[in-house]
Amino acid sequence: MTSAAANEVAAYLKRRARWSPLEIAFWVFAFATIWLFPGKYLILKDTAILALFALSLDLILGYAGIISLGQAAFFGLAGYFSGLVAKYGIINEPLLALIASGLAAAALGFVTSFLVLRGSDLTRLMVTLGVSLMLGEVANRYSNITGGADGLQGVDIQPILGRFRFDLYGHNGYVYCLIVLFICFVLARRVVYSPFGLSLRAVKGNPLRAAAIGIPVKWRLVAVYTFSAGLAGLAGALLTQTTAFCSLDVFSLDRSADLLLVLIIGGTGYLYGGLIGAVIYKLLQDWIANLTPQYWQFWIGLVLVVIVLAGRERMQGWIAAARGALEDATARVAARPAKFASDRQ
Amino acid sequence: MLTILFDGVAYGMLLFVLACGLSVTLGLMNFINLAHGAFAMAGGYCTVILVNRLGVPFALGLPIAFLVTAVLGGLFERTLYVHVYAKPHLDQVLFTIGLVFMAVAAVDYTMGSSQQFVQIPDALQGQFNVFGIGMGKYRLLIIAICGLLTIALQLMLSKTRFGSRLRAAVDDPRVARGLGINVGAVFGITFAFGSGLAGLGGALGAEILGLDPTFPLKYMIYFLIVVTVGGTSSITGPFFASILLGIGDVAGKYYVPKLGAFVIYAIMIAVLIWRPQGLFARSTAR
Repeated sequence: MTSAAANEVAAYLKRRARWSPLEIAFWVFAFATIWLFPGKYLILKDTAILALFALSLDLILGYAGIISLGQAAFFGLAGYFSGLVAKYGIINEPLLALIASGLAAAALGFVTSFLVLRGSDLTRLMVTLGVSLMLGEVANRYSNITGGADGLQGVDIQPILGRFRFDLYGHNGYVYCLIVLFICFVLARRVVYSPFGLSLRAVKGNPLRAAAIGIPVKWRLVAVYTFSAGLAGLAGALLTQTTAFCSLDVFSLDRSADLLLVLIIGGTGYLYGGLIGAVIYKLLQDWIANLTPQYWQFWIGLVLVVIVLAGRERMQGWIAAARGALEDATARVAARPAKFASDRQ
Repeated sequence: MLTILFDGVAYGMLLFVLACGLSVTLGLMNFINLAHGAFAMAGGYCTVILVNRLGVPFALGLPIAFLVTAVLGGLFERTLYVHVYAKPHLDQVLFTIGLVFMAVAAVDYTMGSSQQFVQIPDALQGQFNVFGIGMGKYRLLIIAICGLLTIALQLMLSKTRFGSRLRAAVDDPRVARGLGINVGAVFGITFAFGSGLAGLGGALGAEILGLDPTFPLKYMIYFLIVVTVGGTSSITGPFFASILLGIGDVAGKYYVPKLGAFVIYAIMIAVLIWRPQGLFARSTAR
């Protein structure tokens, strides 16, 4: 009896975790952009980094229900970390430095997660925001190391794996970011579709009941917060490595607030939300900034207000409906060749 | 040393006037309003336009700034905020941050991004020297005005009919509604009044805090600290929290200039870890 139930659960999880044709198409297209838009590497690279950053927030906001305005803390810490190790030649290989930066951010995430576990939404908001602002103050204080308001200059990033140099056009930088994004996405996907991910959803739904059915709520939240901090750190390190520069605004509130907007545009609680949101946000920003270079923030604010007033759930409903229709269509397209083949026989 | 204390108290009083509207909003409807600073900024710019461009006397500019922002706040409350009260916290955060972004860009567009100064009458400039302590006349005025306002607020909350309705609505909106109190109207008036106070604070504080389009973002954190540390269930909590914050900030900036704000954030996090409901919250808080 129990083994039957267990088999059923395992089969369900497996079914859920299967890659749909639409997902495969998404990633094929993402990698195709390397050849499709050769002149747009800079904005593409920024989008990839933003997508990774948004993915990290989605893990805690969409799956664990923690509102955070301080994701920039991890982004900034890892950004400075990777910049400093490269500047002083401690870790010369960018890939190793990237992993080390991610681990540093994850360590910070682990430590601060205990602060975030307590209190109401407002307390969490303040604590996460406070942590990132504190780090910003520290970076400002030790300006002899971090460069202070002028930013961290003189960072010389070595070629990746000793072979691929960061070129002027940003080609290698973009490919590098895209590959890191993909690997992180696969990791996050694995986490979300595991029993661990399901238990997170339970915690988000009702922490009390989740605890009652034997889920260690506290440790699950600590774990996902740490993981998410690590991903945010990778995004920050990528930014520093590809621009060879890092400034105090990595810790700013604007960055965390923009990130929330990205996630809201794309929709929370499914992994592609952050990615799609990042693409739309970057296009929107590029477009508006071309129209009114100085006042694009106004329109971003307007978008936020309208989204909330129009109803986030309703919008996500539309997105889900569109997604369902697309998936049906691709499934039909995918099924057609097989049908032809069987007809011919 | 005592001058620092004096400046700190003046600064703290100012913060209190700026933030007390927010503490009521947060306490009453559990609504996270990050756009509170935008109303303060509106008050500040209103005074700048009135006093500097139209030549209205400073003493008259302050009450007008209060009225204008109160009307503005009431208008926003009735047209926009009411739709967001029942939504989850995330929506409230997004909505009000959106308003802040819009306010920042709109002010930048109309008034320019440079810092604005209010022309203060000559009579208010300069210092008194009492027992070797330098006390700025303007800061003394701020302490006087804010002190009076605090007392008036406290009396209004504890003695008047409106105050008791408001407290009833804070404690339990459903029961208050059941007793025939129009909670929505009470809240609307309070919101408008709180916005007006923020506008007054912004007008008074333009000299000390500095007034430029990024004002709402820069001071949003301070307002939130006042409210979260002070607790939202009384007016004395935020008052003491803002005085503490004011003294702490001025002293921090004086003694450890580069690490000043760090001290404030560290204290805030420590307090929130220790007492998530705020330093002065009643134990029966929801």
